[in-house]
Amino acid sequence: MAIISYREAVSQALREALEEDHRFFLMGEDIGPYGGSFAVTRGFWEEFGPERVKDSPLSESAIVGAGVGAAMAGLRPMVEIMTINFSLLAIDQIVNHAAKIRYMSGGQFSVPLCIRTVTGAGASVGATHSQSFEGWYASVPGLHVVVPSTPKDALGLFRSCRELMDPVIFVEHILLYGARGEVPDGPFKIPLGQAEVKRLGRDVTIVTFSRMVHVCLAAAEQLAVEGIQVEVVDLRTLRPLDMETVVHSVRKTRHALVVEEAPKQGGFGAEIASQVQHLAFDYLDGPVERVAGEEVPIPYSMPLERLAIPDPERVARAIRAQLGR
Amino acid sequence: MATTIVMPQMGYDMKEGTVVRWHKQEGDAVARGEVIADIQTDKATVEFEAYTAGVLRKIVAQAGVPVPVGELIAVITDPNEPLPDELPVKGAAGGSAPAAQAALPAAQASAAATAPVQPAPATPADVRASPIARRLARERGIDLSLVVGSGPGGRIVEKDVLSFAEARPAAPARPAAAAPAPAPAAQRVELSRMRQAIAKITVDSKREAPHFYVTSDVDMTRAMSLRREINETLPAERRVSVNDLIIKASAVALGRHPKFNAFFRGDHLQMNPSINIGIAIALPAGLIVPGIGGCQDKSLVQIADASKDLIARANSGTLRNDEYSNTTFSISNLGPFDVDSFAAIIFPPHAAILAVGRVKEQPVVREGQLAVAQIMKATLATDHRVADGAEAAQFLVEIRKLLEAPLSLLL
Repeated sequence: MAIISYREAVSQALREALEEDHRFFLMGEDIGPYGGSFAVTRGFWEEFGPERVKDSPLSESAIVGAGVGAAMAGLRPMVEIMTINFSLLAIDQIVNHAAKIRYMSGGQFSVPLCIRTVTGAGASVGATHSQSFEGWYASVPGLHVVVPSTPKDALGLFRSCRELMDPVIFVEHILLYGARGEVPDGPFKIPLGQAEVKRLGRDVTIVTFSRMVHVCLAAAEQLAVEGIQVEVVDLRTLRPLDMETVVHSVRKTRHALVVEEAPKQGGFGAEIASQVQHLAFDYLDGPVERVAGEEVPIPYSMPLERLAIPDPERVARAIRAQLGR
Repeated sequence: MATTIVMPQMGYDMKEGTVVRWHKQEGDAVARGEVIADIQTDKATVEFEAYTAGVLRKIVAQAGVPVPVGELIAVITDPNEPLPDELPVKGAAGGSAPAAQAALPAAQASAAATAPVQPAPATPADVRASPIARRLARERGIDLSLVVGSGPGGRIVEKDVLSFAEARPAAPARPAAAAPAPAPAAQRVELSRMRQAIAKITVDSKREAPHFYVTSDVDMTRAMSLRREINETLPAERRVSVNDLIIKASAVALGRHPKFNAFFRGDHLQMNPSINIGIAIALPAGLIVPGIGGCQDKSLVQIADASKDLIARANSGTLRNDEYSNTTFSISNLGPFDVDSFAAIIFPPHAAILAVGRVKEQPVVREGQLAVAQIMKATLATDHRVADGAEAAQFLVEIRKLLEAPLSLLL
């Protein structure tokens, strides 16, 4: 058991792929000699060479499009979109090509493509660099959407992604690269579609993912002092979606709070809330509540940015209100 | 064709009814005119007949649950016809018009109505309770309207139902432990549906109708002697009562003062062509006011026959619903209970009610001489929206004159 950072976990996952299977290669902006915008691929170019660690032009559409073609041709591309905000430039390649080709070719082609990208706000990088679009991609059949919150999950989930024959959006959070955590030794894997209870509690279930897991764990810590035992369920993947773990928890606690970073309206949390009320209606002791981002472009100003995204205090307040404490 | 069956209106103030028992189950064949359910109203339990033949395809109103008038209670279809996809919430289309007529079948009434059917614990929609609280209440037969909510905004949550359920069985054990006998708590007696109805009707009347009262002494000496003579000619079971004389006199007077047979309708008076006089009958369970219809066309003896029949059937609980739903004027007679006079509450939507006390031998002065007469005090309560004091006086005096010169009642 080693304690490593989230960055190191992703880096290790990529290195393993490059080392273990010659079909894998990396492609993206500044991932070569520069080592990647988040230093995930530092040293890779020197170690694996420019054939397998390819710097790309500033064209997300070309990056994903080349990845789709390479995957169809039998390679295992792992492409990097610097942040999920820029994936909008590649969304046609992602949604209309990567996600559709297996279906529309009647299974003649598949697209085992891994698109790594970075989501989230909180880094004071402005409205166009601080968005959380993973929920959008989770609405597209044909894609897998993976949203790890810990080093262990990042490594274990990536190992499972390598085995898929269909495209994956692997969404890392901009504020999590420095987060450290225990990672088991050995070649463990975490299957997609398996949520994890990150904290046990009996009074209320928080359903969340990515960085909000940590926000919710901090809120749970505060509330424990007040005698409120919060269970935190980390979805880990948005598609496939493990509602079984969620429902099992809600049936126990009778209350559900869905927390996400993206704006509330149309957010992925609405899907969770809808399924919880459908699957656990007779067990609910109150409405399914939500905490989400404000309905604003994320402000550049740090103090304003902090107000626009959920923090532990807001989550704790919501739970107190929900439980009438 | 599917026919929707709605809760019928079986009385002017009927707002809801309760199916006490379904005689048929879903899928049973029903013939036109066949009794399919017993429906309890405020006043009576009435047999409800199908007004169309077919198969009882769907029972919507569960037994014991009150349903507003006009709401769907069941669907009858042709034998092989499936249930239509869309059922009207209100039976406005198709089936509802006959429903009003179906409300007047041969019916059973009254005595049964006094024992309220204990409805299954239902959760009213306006109780704020969480889904699991509702489910627990349903499973354990708990009436959520009795549970105090402790959740956000007063919502009843799971633990409220659980603690209510825990407290419930413990309650009867408590008095045994009481050492220094506490002052006995007031006993709680639930109101019968009839008592509730009386409470509602009388309050409605007193709130809506501005009552005023005029009283007169009626010299019943000649009426009593006429009655004696008539009764000598009639078999015992057809004898005419004092009340019959008063009904007849009122009927004649109402013909001459039709305002007192009218209903106040906000911006107009509804002048009722038929004189249907309700007589207040005291039953152990409460007051009912069945009526004698068409009094303008009935002789004294016919009225006497009709009222005896009403009283007998009121006591046996076999009045038909229409017999107390179409009255236009009413008379309350507490003479048999030995009161001299009293004022009654108008039975809505009537314009007036006549309250009479006992017939009592009293000294009177006639042409300067003391004499003994049989005097009865009559008090007319009138809705001031319909008539003024002078009119009420004229109407009451009309009744008095008719009773004091009673031969005219035989014409």
